[in-house]
Amino acid sequence: MFGVLMITLLLTIALVGSNMDTILKQGVIYQVRAEITENTTIAEGFNDPEEFEKFVQQKIDERIRTLGLDTPWHSPQRLGYTMYKIIILDFGNATFLISDSGSSNVGEIIFEKMPKTVLLFTTATIIISIIGILLGAASSNKIGSMTDRITSTFAVISSSFPVWWIGMLMIFVFAFVWQIFPARATPSIGPDDPGYILALLYHMALPLITIVLIGFGAWAYLVRNFMVGIMQEDFINAKKTMGISKKKIVYSHALRNAAPPIVTVLALSLSGSLGGAIITEAVFDWPGMGRLYFEAISVMDLPVIIGSTYILTVLFLISIFVADLLYGYFDPRVRTSS
Amino acid sequence: MSNVSTNEIKKEFLKSRLGLTGIFILLGLILISIFTIIIIPASTFQEWNNPEKWISYPKTSVPNWVNFISSDKIPEHKIINANIFEAQNDEIFLVSQQFGVSFDYDDFPSDIIFENKIKYSDSQLVQIKVLRPDGIELELLSTSLPYSEIDTIHSQRYFSTDNMIKKNLYSYKDEFKFDFSIGASEIIFSELDKNQVQKGDYIFIINTYGIKQSAEILESKMILGGKAFGLMGTDELRRDLAIGLLWGTPLALFIGISVSIGSVVVGLIYGVYSGYKGKKTDEVMMRFNDIIYALPALPFLIILAVTISNSIFLMIGFLMIFSWVGIAKVSRSMSLQIKTRQYVEAAKIMGQKDSKIIFKHIIPQLLPYAFASIAISVPAAITTEAGLSFLGLGDPSFPTWGQILHDANTYGAAAQGFWWWIVPPGILIAITGLAFVFIGNALDSIVNPKLKR
Repeated sequence: MFGVLMITLLLTIALVGSNMDTILKQGVIYQVRAEITENTTIAEGFNDPEEFEKFVQQKIDERIRTLGLDTPWHSPQRLGYTMYKIIILDFGNATFLISDSGSSNVGEIIFEKMPKTVLLFTTATIIISIIGILLGAASSNKIGSMTDRITSTFAVISSSFPVWWIGMLMIFVFAFVWQIFPARATPSIGPDDPGYILALLYHMALPLITIVLIGFGAWAYLVRNFMVGIMQEDFINAKKTMGISKKKIVYSHALRNAAPPIVTVLALSLSGSLGGAIITEAVFDWPGMGRLYFEAISVMDLPVIIGSTYILTVLFLISIFVADLLYGYFDPRVRTSS
Repeated sequence: MSNVSTNEIKKEFLKSRLGLTGIFILLGLILISIFTIIIIPASTFQEWNNPEKWISYPKTSVPNWVNFISSDKIPEHKIINANIFEAQNDEIFLVSQQFGVSFDYDDFPSDIIFENKIKYSDSQLVQIKVLRPDGIELELLSTSLPYSEIDTIHSQRYFSTDNMIKKNLYSYKDEFKFDFSIGASEIIFSELDKNQVQKGDYIFIINTYGIKQSAEILESKMILGGKAFGLMGTDELRRDLAIGLLWGTPLALFIGISVSIGSVVVGLIYGVYSGYKGKKTDEVMMRFNDIIYALPALPFLIILAVTISNSIFLMIGFLMIFSWVGIAKVSRSMSLQIKTRQYVEAAKIMGQKDSKIIFKHIIPQLLPYAFASIAISVPAAITTEAGLSFLGLGDPSFPTWGQILHDANTYGAAAQGFWWWIVPPGILIAITGLAFVFIGNALDSIVNPKLKR
């Protein structure tokens, strides 16, 4: 698992590294030239423009060497240093992006964005899974009934629409035609204002509704399919013949047996929700992890990209691990004898 | 793993209503694609991002068919060609271009543009006027063309937003009984007593007077900038959305189908080989599979598109990298089952090569599953590409539906209520996706009898 994590990070660095170097070098050249032109006494000391150029070039080379940019990004010491820093959870400072409070420490930036993503996406995931499980159980109760058919149709149709497109439509309908919700999801008042939390919740409503609307159909369908499989098992038939009411069988006996796969999916989607959704956040202008990621990539801010990739991958791997453990807890059959 | 023959699949498939619906939608989309490729020249959509090409189109106008639904008639965008008359009085030569407009809409046109290409020498006087249905004649512009001794070809556009036209209209201020602080086209097409559209036939006239020399009109048209245009309306950059949407169809099908076929083929061979070989090879190949599985797909796609290239063909390749993994896993477990069957063992004992066993004996067994997964993985490819384009990472030389939505988002179409710019691309994405989901589900339920109830 650790190996997977390291390879993911290496790939990220490999993809972004060379571009990053070019950008940084250009930044250094620009910086040095600006410093020298600002200080007119240096320029006056030279009579020959060629000599002056030489001096500037020398300064630039010096700066590049002190920053360690003279060796390419794939040289062992730079790569090793970067990896070492990551392992001790020191992501360094962002090159361009800064957090809202003005800090450029990557860790701080990420931990400022993370709660907002958790607030929106994790809430949405929890709501989706609750509605999904209940609806899925209800429709597996009576297969072929109206509820079942509507749920299945809704699941197929809703999953083929892109969430962000529905988001645009929702903005159009609820922020433009009927002006109920604000179109942009970032509250206009500052976080120190006492009404901030209310404003944030109000701004959160539209993206939350959108994500839930698109998400719960697929969940219900998934739960239904798990349940259908279990309802055909012998022990359910036995319970039926014992005269236990069908409702009780569905909601307590069958649902408990469908728990392992459901919990696995839940664990994965909860951890997935921490990463936010790049495109959905772009549509609603939600200041979370997804937006941060996209901004970091578009300005090639290597430390931020590495930091967030690292955290996302770690979370993903942890959740796979937790899901495995939970699976074993709920379904003793998969436990090995050792 | 059930053994279903091709004929059985066909028979079962024809029974499934969903599958047939999917096939019908897909056929429709293919027909649209063929139609588009044949009818609309590729040059139009290659110039999608060239504003010069779209200058004579209206800005953010609703589709024409809205007029059938709404009670108010929205002025349609019109391009009118001139009737040209020539006359001569002594030494004065007159060339008159006349544009007849029958205007019976409930709203004013957004602007009027005259496009003129004219060949002349010496100096020429140009006069533009309009004859309204109520008999009033408004003189809009008097100007002269630059003097030239030899024959020259001169192109000029006259815009109704020109200040000179506004100034000239001020001389009629007493006849109109409302405030003149509005656009020229709203005065020209207005009733006298209140600012409301006067319906009827208008004649716009451009007279060109030359002394001793007659001018020759090479090109002449009048663009009545409407607020309704074409089948699908236009966007903020005056582009005809119908062309973009139509060209998006073959592109989306191409992206979706090539990505899914590519990834299924790769995943199938990879998985089968891994399962068939077993032991160390299997272990190594599956670990590699796990790594790709753990990569966050969308962020990596964005990094790839930003750093390497956003060419559409490379994008297809990138999408394949992330979509073969699941198929490889499933086909590995299937091949684990098949390789224990007797005919495979027999083939092995007979000394057949591994590649022959894989391609002749194992993969044919997996083909029904492969077809189902091709159909099922198309929508994901299409939506992912649309998502990337939506973030502005699309290939600008191939405008896809996602890019239309990207432009819509950057120009704030949702907040300004340009529904015709947002709704159709999304519906097209969804319909295309649904068609493949239907086909895929129908195939899947035939291939995996377990899912049947």
